[in-house]
Amino acid sequence: MSDDAQLAIEVAGLCKHYGDIEAVTGVDLSVATGEVVAFLGPNGAGKTTTVEILEGLRTRTSGDVQVLGVDPAQATAEWRERIGVVLQGAKHEGDFTAAEIVTMWSAYYRSPRPTAEVLELVGLADAAGTRTRRLSGGQQQRLAVALALVGDPELVFLDEPTTGFDPAARREAWQTIDGLRSLGVTVLLTTHYMDEADQLADRIVVISRGRIVADGTAAELAAHVAMPSQISWDAAELSPAVLSDRLRDLLSGDAGSLPSTAAASTAAAEPRDARPAIATRDVGDVLRELLAAADGAGTRLDSLAVQPPTLEDTYLALTGDGS
Amino acid sequence: MTRLGQLRSEARFNLLGFRRSPAATFFTVVLPIIFLVIFTSIFGNEIISSTGARVATVYVPGILALALVSANFMNAAIVTVIRRENGVLKAMRATPLPPWVYVGGQLAASLVLTAFMTALVIGIGWLGYSVEVQPGAVPSLLITLGVGAAAFSALGLAITCVCPSEQAAPAITNMCVLPLYFVSDVFIPSEGAPRWMTFIGDVFPIKHLAVALGRTFDPFSEGVPMPAWRWLILAAWGAFGVLVTLRFFRWTPRN
Repeated sequence: MSDDAQLAIEVAGLCKHYGDIEAVTGVDLSVATGEVVAFLGPNGAGKTTTVEILEGLRTRTSGDVQVLGVDPAQATAEWRERIGVVLQGAKHEGDFTAAEIVTMWSAYYRSPRPTAEVLELVGLADAAGTRTRRLSGGQQQRLAVALALVGDPELVFLDEPTTGFDPAARREAWQTIDGLRSLGVTVLLTTHYMDEADQLADRIVVISRGRIVADGTAAELAAHVAMPSQISWDAAELSPAVLSDRLRDLLSGDAGSLPSTAAASTAAAEPRDARPAIATRDVGDVLRELLAAADGAGTRLDSLAVQPPTLEDTYLALTGDGS
Repeated sequence: MTRLGQLRSEARFNLLGFRRSPAATFFTVVLPIIFLVIFTSIFGNEIISSTGARVATVYVPGILALALVSANFMNAAIVTVIRRENGVLKAMRATPLPPWVYVGGQLAASLVLTAFMTALVIGIGWLGYSVEVQPGAVPSLLITLGVGAAAFSALGLAITCVCPSEQAAPAITNMCVLPLYFVSDVFIPSEGAPRWMTFIGDVFPIKHLAVALGRTFDPFSEGVPMPAWRWLILAAWGAFGVLVTLRFFRWTPRN
């Protein structure tokens, strides 16, 4: 009981089939109260289906789901008072101003936040009197967040809050979502951007083809897939030909085992490349050997660069065909 | 907020949205008045020898029927499809607002519009064309307006089930009502029309609304007009609308 009380969301073995299509095949997920969790996965992975089941907007085929201690399939108005929902690609009625829409929606709740306060929270105070059809994409999204917050919820769902946004609008939306933290709200957001998940969330849950494939912080996920780092330098400074046999093998050897990653494609460096590269998990050993070879050749190897695996590499490794 | 407060808020914002939509205000408020002026100008406002009543006695209730259909059926359908296809209804489903309050708010707004148009059309008929509601017929008029508004609002929700997109909604709703106006005593009296035309008019609800309204303006009608079976047909169409809505209504956009 005491453990359950700490969990805002608890999902076990969730499945959803549409006829023969299995959109979600056994999702397990738990989100603690006050946590910000990103539900990360490519398009069609089952993110929206899962989240809409948690929101009580979709039925499920099987599995156990508890959201704020209630099965969303039995959603009551009481329960809906406690959650806020931002749907994917939310649009608003264009003839109303931002303030009017918030006021209209505040009537749906028992003890709503004042309209001015909500607009302030999402940074739309200056646009209060603007018709929503004149709001930018980022502002429209912030208005959608405002509508999710007007009932003063404990838990907020955000489905792909920045998909299709330009960088400025994305940053705006990120600021708003980050602001939810100070309200102490539990947040479950879906995204197909690894950087967004890393930027906003305490924890990332990765879904691929209807199944959870990883769960942890960005650093933990990177460690979990143990992607190699990339070591490269200028061939003019140190020709690959002078390297030891072991290092020369690494130039192509490591790359072959990781066909699905961005790192692999560059690691398959041909000798004619201007920058030979080694993809390795033993960065220290390789560097020592490489620097020793450089000493032997009488070069300082100033062009040496070490690139740790990117978020993208980790994401592709987690959701791709490999691993 | 209390349920009553929610209903009032929904109705208020529905009316505000209506006022700010040029298309909705033109088709529901301006166009019926233009029709009234055009028809009475073309046909004059003489006393018709066969009935002894003025020409406008036919057009005032006809145009009132047109305005009622527009305020309830057309508006409910078009606004609902726009909200549905933009995901507004789906988002609303995720709030504690009960669906019946949403529908009730829209109905309340339609009733206010209907009352406004009734006052406007009757006022113009009285001041401009010497057509009056018969004092004894006021209860009958109110019943007809109430039953008609409820029935056409229900049919407005029902028709959204066959409107795939917000672009299709105005076309489909107009396709439903425009041809019917010509066989339903709205634009022209159906007396003397071919039998198949009067039959079509009798099947669908608009003619029953127009004729029931017409009875309340007829200076020679005997006693209190009680077009009970026309009310029943209107109510039956309304019930059909409710059943279709309950069975097929969608809260979510097509895509």
